[in-house]
Amino acid sequence: MSVLEIEGLEVAYERRGHDPVRAVVDASLAVGRGEIVGLVGESGCGKSTLARAAVGLIRPTSGKVVFEGRELSPLDRGARGREAARLQMVFQNPYASLNPRRRVGRQIADALAILGLASREDRPRRAASLLDRVGLPPTAVSRFPHEFSGGQRQRIAIARALAADPSVLVLDEPLSSLDASAQAQIANLLVDLSRNLGLGLLLISHDLGIVHQVADRVCVMYLGEIVEEGPTDEVWARPLHPYTEALINAIPHPDGRRFMPEALPGEVPDPARPPAGCRFHPRCPLAFDRCTHEHPPLEEVVDGRAAACWLAADRAVRQAPGTAPRAAEG
Amino acid sequence: MTLLAVDELRVRVATDDEPLQIVDGVSYEVGEGRIFGIAGESGSGKTVSVLALMGLLPRGASVTGAARFEGDDLVSMTPARLRQVCGREIGLVFQDPLTSFHPMLSVGRQLTEHLRHHYGATRADARGRALALLDEVRIPDPATAFERYPHEFSGGMRQRIAIAGALMCEPRLLIADEPTTALDVTVQAGILRLIDRLRRDRALSVILITHDLGVMSALADDLAIFYGGRIVEDGPADELLAQPRHPYTRALLDALPHPESARGEPLRGIPGPPAQPGSLPSGCVFHPRCAYAVESCRTEVPELRRLGDRGLACPVDPFAP
Repeated sequence: MSVLEIEGLEVAYERRGHDPVRAVVDASLAVGRGEIVGLVGESGCGKSTLARAAVGLIRPTSGKVVFEGRELSPLDRGARGREAARLQMVFQNPYASLNPRRRVGRQIADALAILGLASREDRPRRAASLLDRVGLPPTAVSRFPHEFSGGQRQRIAIARALAADPSVLVLDEPLSSLDASAQAQIANLLVDLSRNLGLGLLLISHDLGIVHQVADRVCVMYLGEIVEEGPTDEVWARPLHPYTEALINAIPHPDGRRFMPEALPGEVPDPARPPAGCRFHPRCPLAFDRCTHEHPPLEEVVDGRAAACWLAADRAVRQAPGTAPRAAEG
Repeated sequence: MTLLAVDELRVRVATDDEPLQIVDGVSYEVGEGRIFGIAGESGSGKTVSVLALMGLLPRGASVTGAARFEGDDLVSMTPARLRQVCGREIGLVFQDPLTSFHPMLSVGRQLTEHLRHHYGATRADARGRALALLDEVRIPDPATAFERYPHEFSGGMRQRIAIAGALMCEPRLLIADEPTTALDVTVQAGILRLIDRLRRDRALSVILITHDLGVMSALADDLAIFYGGRIVEDGPADELLAQPRHPYTRALLDALPHPESARGEPLRGIPGPPAQPGSLPSGCVFHPRCAYAVESCRTEVPELRRLGDRGLACPVDPFAP
């Protein structure tokens, strides 16, 4: 059962005197209880816009977000339903997302107070236990954010999100401002929270390597569209979309074997004027005539795996385990 | 042949409280036509150690030790001479090409003023050199790019232009400080290939500073791992990354997601925060986070011992072959 369902979401940014920029185009994804879904793509692909629209910080142009069975309305000046608080967001930069002048315990207690989740006397104890849940000592309650390292601050931000007793966390690049050692710890914490609290996580990241390590399923975005979706292992081992393959081949390997990553030719096009047909075709090594004028839909190719590529079905057959690779046909 | 030999470099920065030892006695050599990698986490002193060579630290920083560049000592040189040597012989590329360019000046103006200042080149000569270099770093249509402004280019293109700018005076040494950290992986790959090609075509020496050991594995010939202002391990990059000997190097590699490892295998983070200048532990700076520390690690600062072409600052040496 999915807790968070995004269906046919489109976000367009209006610009005076210009056509709107469609930052997210017809995106659908679902996050189940205790499931970690990675949303991967490069700068400007629309992943953060999608994340913000998912929690209601941005009003979608069309499509809908269904959370715990109810359609979610975008955030307005007025309060939104208490139930919607169970969908929480964690931001990239824990230096900016925490209040520098408020003690850590207070910031977490604020969340409890606003949602009426704990009595005044009970709040400090709850704050301490939430900090303990994310691996910080109880003494952290009386300290200020600047007294903590980047990784610890991200733990505090996660604890504050947990105060709302969420069922789904949307995390926008939660690891990218951290050093490798802290990154690994926070990644492990996220897996632990998901498994042990049954939390659904939508993990937005540009780093396919780390997503591969923690996510159960992955969605790959390019220029506003989800171009591939499936179980992380399979996508990683046998990518169906040429863009996914390019992303994987561009990751350097820290093993001393002098692997030189492969560059993708060309530049990401202006999202205001996306290419006709498949949006990836000008940079795609496999593009053929059809790709230049006909837009491939995101379709299930094999069980549980979808890709938006005219060649995906053929690639799936050729890459299937146990079948010998054969020359391309036609 | 050695182009740059750094010997016992120390950098101390005055603060309102007590002076901070940012770099604490590092020695290394950069060979001609080789890429020397400096790796470490934030606060390890990797950037400061290089800025110190070029006299680019703020007033109040004291630099001791020696850095012989083609026979001259950069550390003891007069500021005027240092500016001349650095301007002509050392090119510099920073992490974020958007902040290292002046936003209001055209790319052409910024590429050429350097050459005109240091060599008194004519406008036409400087322009010719700039166009050739823009072409060499694969900027499409160099003549048009020359007239445009930094914001009109993507991050990857800007970094290519920054590299062209660093090469304008035909330097012997290129210092690249996190040159790909702000870029997407597919764009990063292009810059890595570019640096590799330039090094081959021009016999350029490069100091590559990055926290990314994957990038190091692709490019570096020699590698030094910095921690708490010191080198804890150094040697040929391929050997060092394949068989790390220092517990810190090993931990750093274990913390990374490896493309070939299985999903669901937990990553191994390093416990505790990285050592920061101002609160450096006694003895071996890594000992509070080290799983192999013994009593003497708390009190004795380990020497960087030479073991063949490798160097190791760990008396315990738990990963000895």
